[in-house]
Amino acid sequence: MRPDLEIIQQWIQPGSRVLDLGCGDGSLLHYLNTSKNVTSIGLEIDEGNIERCIANGVNVIEQNMDEGLGNFQPDSFDTVLLAQTLQALSNPHILINEMLRVGKYGIVTFPNFGNWKSRLYLALRGRMPVSKFMPNEWYDTPNIHFCTVTDFDALCRENNIKILTRTVVDSQHQGNWAMRAWPNFLGEIAIYHITRD
Amino acid sequence: MSNTIPSDSVGIVTPQCIHFDEELSLRSGNVLSGFDLMIETYGELNTDKSNAILICHALSGDHHAAGYHDEEDAKPGWWDSCIGPGKPIDTNLFFVVSLNNLGGCAGSTGPASINPETGKYYGPDFPVVTVRDWVRSQVMLMDHLGISQWAAVVGGSLGGMQVLRWAISFPERLRHAVCIAAAPKLSAQNIAFNEVARHSIVNDPNFHEGRYLEAGTYPKQGLMLARMVGHITYLSDSAMREKFGRTITDLDSTGANFGRDLRTGKLSFGFNVDFQVESYLHYQGERFSENFDANTYLLMTKALDYFDPSVDYEGDFSAAFKKANCKFLLISFTTDWRFPPERSREIVNDLLKAGKEVTYLEIEADQGHDAFLLPIPRYINALSAYLKRVHAEGSADAS
Repeated sequence: MRPDLEIIQQWIQPGSRVLDLGCGDGSLLHYLNTSKNVTSIGLEIDEGNIERCIANGVNVIEQNMDEGLGNFQPDSFDTVLLAQTLQALSNPHILINEMLRVGKYGIVTFPNFGNWKSRLYLALRGRMPVSKFMPNEWYDTPNIHFCTVTDFDALCRENNIKILTRTVVDSQHQGNWAMRAWPNFLGEIAIYHITRD
Repeated sequence: MSNTIPSDSVGIVTPQCIHFDEELSLRSGNVLSGFDLMIETYGELNTDKSNAILICHALSGDHHAAGYHDEEDAKPGWWDSCIGPGKPIDTNLFFVVSLNNLGGCAGSTGPASINPETGKYYGPDFPVVTVRDWVRSQVMLMDHLGISQWAAVVGGSLGGMQVLRWAISFPERLRHAVCIAAAPKLSAQNIAFNEVARHSIVNDPNFHEGRYLEAGTYPKQGLMLARMVGHITYLSDSAMREKFGRTITDLDSTGANFGRDLRTGKLSFGFNVDFQVESYLHYQGERFSENFDANTYLLMTKALDYFDPSVDYEGDFSAAFKKANCKFLLISFTTDWRFPPERSREIVNDLLKAGKEVTYLEIEADQGHDAFLLPIPRYINALSAYLKRVHAEGSADAS
């Protein structure tokens, strides 16, 4: 399992209801279904991923998140997940609020654009950062809304969203004391556990 | 066995007629005292009887869903693309049961059967049956076969509506509901098309108020027209263009394509059949009228019109689905304008509202409503993957 998913799964209560936005091939939900006995549904638009979800025994709905979550009832899930998808949304702020309408808790992970490597890349080369982790050129990328840890903290504050836990890790998904001290500078991936304030 | 039968076919199949002595009280208040159901089965029922799948047919379907009746059979059953060894509804894994619904005209008791009380054809006296009645007769069939729970109930179009009724009315008797290209209930437009079909049948001079069999005839023109109208709604605009060559460039009389959509290559300047699409519809209508009972057509379209599982729940579908205990797979097709994807999404959203486990796919396909009968790769793969899951869960429960 991807190490960020390893961290996420600790926040999921056994037997709870989970909605995964952009659930990929369903491997996290498959793990949660079998090891935590959760009831889950994933949203996905990639045909190959949808078929892999079905093969994984994961309930998946072909639905574009950019069209909103209007078809989901308030508080119908315990936890709503958004893993590595925030930066690809048309309206991240709307979806984050929607997540907390539909679920009691939200879990959001995203690449931290405030990381020192991105800053250095931009400072030295004067071009949008491209790395193994963010491999696309600026003009041809699904990632249209990059943000930093500080940006996301501000978004939560402005929307009365309470941050229960904020973790940052590097691209190997390891954390250390320095990252905890300077998350926006050293963290490569940000992982948030949020709820309504 | 003949070498014309493909290796992934269930092969030669023999229908069975099953008689039920029990009374069946119908939604209309009428009672049928005993009836026959024609069925076919494919594959083997396992020892704990946990691998059975029920196939529900659409408007003009019947029990012959897969395989061939004999070696001279030109065409296999209506859903042969999906049922067979190694196909999505895999007869190596599942015991598949397919029936002709009550009121049908392929051997089950219906308007073209003899009424034992009068010794004459039922004709118009055969009671109107509803989807709910069909499902209740399918429960009787299931009990007769000794099956306590279906691994899945599967159907497209009107068949998908039976699947929904199963999930609502008999929640303990199925594990999965597979509902393809269906709608929660008909739209006014759907009912309007059905009414055109019925109007053309009952106003055919050979209809004889439904007693045409006694008169030794049948309402051929009416049935033809009904089928022609129906057929238009099964195909998409793009599928028709593709099939009959009427693209925009064909309309350019100087273009090399001129006349490709014409039957004989030139216009008749009369009111005969000029275009390919016209002769196709005539052919389809004619063939259908020779093989289908007009009273059954009336009855099937009424069953469609009446279908609305929310009536017992003040119009609230999610309340109707609350009791359901199975998992759901819904599939729609992008160019289906009879039951478009929005209609399937209505079902999905009401199932979500009811807290049910749902998988939903919207398949890109040009063929319109007919797509559910065709071997479209993404559709076949998804259905296959889902039913493998159904099978795996079944074996896990048994072990």
